[in-house]
Amino acid sequence: MATGGAELEGAFARAVLEAGAAVPGPLVRKAGGTPSRRFGIYRNNVYASLIDVLANRFPVTARLVGDEFFRTMARVYIEKDPPRSPVLLRYGEGFADFAADFPPAEPVPYLADVMRLEWAWHAAYHAADAEPLSLAALSEAVGGAAEARLALHPSLHLVRSPYPVITIWQLAARDGENEPARLPAEGEDALVVRPKLEVEVRRLPEGGGAFVLALKGGASLQEAAARAIDESSAFDLAANLAGLMGCGAFIGVGAEA
Amino acid sequence: MARPSDHRSPIPPRAGVGLKPQHYRDILDSAPDIGWFEIHAENYMGEGGPPHAYLAAVRERYPLSLHGVGLSIGGSGPLDKDHLGRLRVLADRYEPGMFSEHLAWSSHDTVYLNDLLPLPYTEETLERVCTHIDEVQEALQRQMLLENPSTYVAFAETSMSEVAFLREVVRRTGCGLLLDVNNVFVQATNHGFDAAAYVDSFPAEHVGEIHLGGHDEDEDDDGSALLIDDHGREVADPVWGLYARVLARTGPKPTLIEWDNDVPDWPTLFAEAKRADAVIAERRKHRVAV
Repeated sequence: MATGGAELEGAFARAVLEAGAAVPGPLVRKAGGTPSRRFGIYRNNVYASLIDVLANRFPVTARLVGDEFFRTMARVYIEKDPPRSPVLLRYGEGFADFAADFPPAEPVPYLADVMRLEWAWHAAYHAADAEPLSLAALSEAVGGAAEARLALHPSLHLVRSPYPVITIWQLAARDGENEPARLPAEGEDALVVRPKLEVEVRRLPEGGGAFVLALKGGASLQEAAARAIDESSAFDLAANLAGLMGCGAFIGVGAEA
Repeated sequence: MARPSDHRSPIPPRAGVGLKPQHYRDILDSAPDIGWFEIHAENYMGEGGPPHAYLAAVRERYPLSLHGVGLSIGGSGPLDKDHLGRLRVLADRYEPGMFSEHLAWSSHDTVYLNDLLPLPYTEETLERVCTHIDEVQEALQRQMLLENPSTYVAFAETSMSEVAFLREVVRRTGCGLLLDVNNVFVQATNHGFDAAAYVDSFPAEHVGEIHLGGHDEDEDDDGSALLIDDHGREVADPVWGLYARVLARTGPKPTLIEWDNDVPDWPTLFAEAKRADAVIAERRKHRVAV
């Protein structure tokens, strides 16, 4: 039979994680009998605590689908992809991708993008701190060379969606439930950044998503602008730079190519 | 260059509370007269942002105790070196007056279960726990405190009492103990032993910190009482009674109010801390009178 080593621990862990798994044999209670109800406390602690972690991390998602649906979906996700680190701040990054392929969530096609936005918010909140670039330093860089590469704030995230993800997120986050949801027909690209202590979510103008995506990939201003224009001829470099500058998206001027 | 240990503020023998994000502003704005704060280390393992900004501000004003919940000291596998490294970074940055962890395991293979799970008390697990504690104390360059668990099941193969196990861990590793009085009460009810006898036999001279928390009441299959350590309410009256009994043996000790779920507003939590301070003050009076 299993001893106090890895075998018993493994049997215990499996019985906690897998619904219907038997309570490990070597467990006892003073009154005798199998301590199945007692073992159930551990099962419940593990799942309920992890579901709570996800519910706190994806509050708007929970509102959109309702608490019961959310907790069921979270439970299936945890069973499939449990945490691999005691640092639970990192847990849930794959939850949006999971939801995108979760058949019961199919009637809510924008759900995964709302979840990506919520994850971006969470990641930005806990990201490394950095001082945004001053306007003078930026002007110099931009004026000096179109080949300049700008270092982006470590908290910066981009969520591109074919759905009006920011509008949905804002409406669902509101307390008033009766408001008729007038959704834009087009998709929205969200920029999420935390220049100081407050996380900011901005709707990027036309071509802005492609521009930021290129900058994130290490493209120079010129290259990024070219890709943005490829995507949208309405792309306005000056307006995009001013918008990004205004929310502290840049922290430095990188080396030229 | 000054050594980090020069800046560790010792934790005073009075009440402290767990630091919660919903109380950051209240604490900084009202500057409450409270002895110290404790944090769950894992909640501050993000890189930056408001958690670190507020913790740094609180740390400037109060002593801090670092309490780990994810090291899996009772686990059968080796300690997670990366996690130990993260604890070291936090300890270097915030210079806590104490570091504590649990007599429990929480990771198996690569899965983290997010609960403090029980282990049998045998010669084999004793050796394993001692090896892990040696490693922690070496990595952090300080003594750690080991906390007694609350458990719901026992192991057929257990060959020594929890108190005997903890005594032996202290003897072999030189660590101190964190006595969670609520855990004693929960276990005494769940496993049918005398809580007073447990605390009377506890090695009082090695207690560096005391925890007080709330528990929930449930029922076992046979209708007998089953208590759940949920940290979701006030400390129960019999636990306050047991706490006074512990203090009579240990003298005044840093005492933490743990309220981690259904976290109340700041005044409610602060009131619990003041209640613990009152018990400590009462104990001091007795000491003077005797």
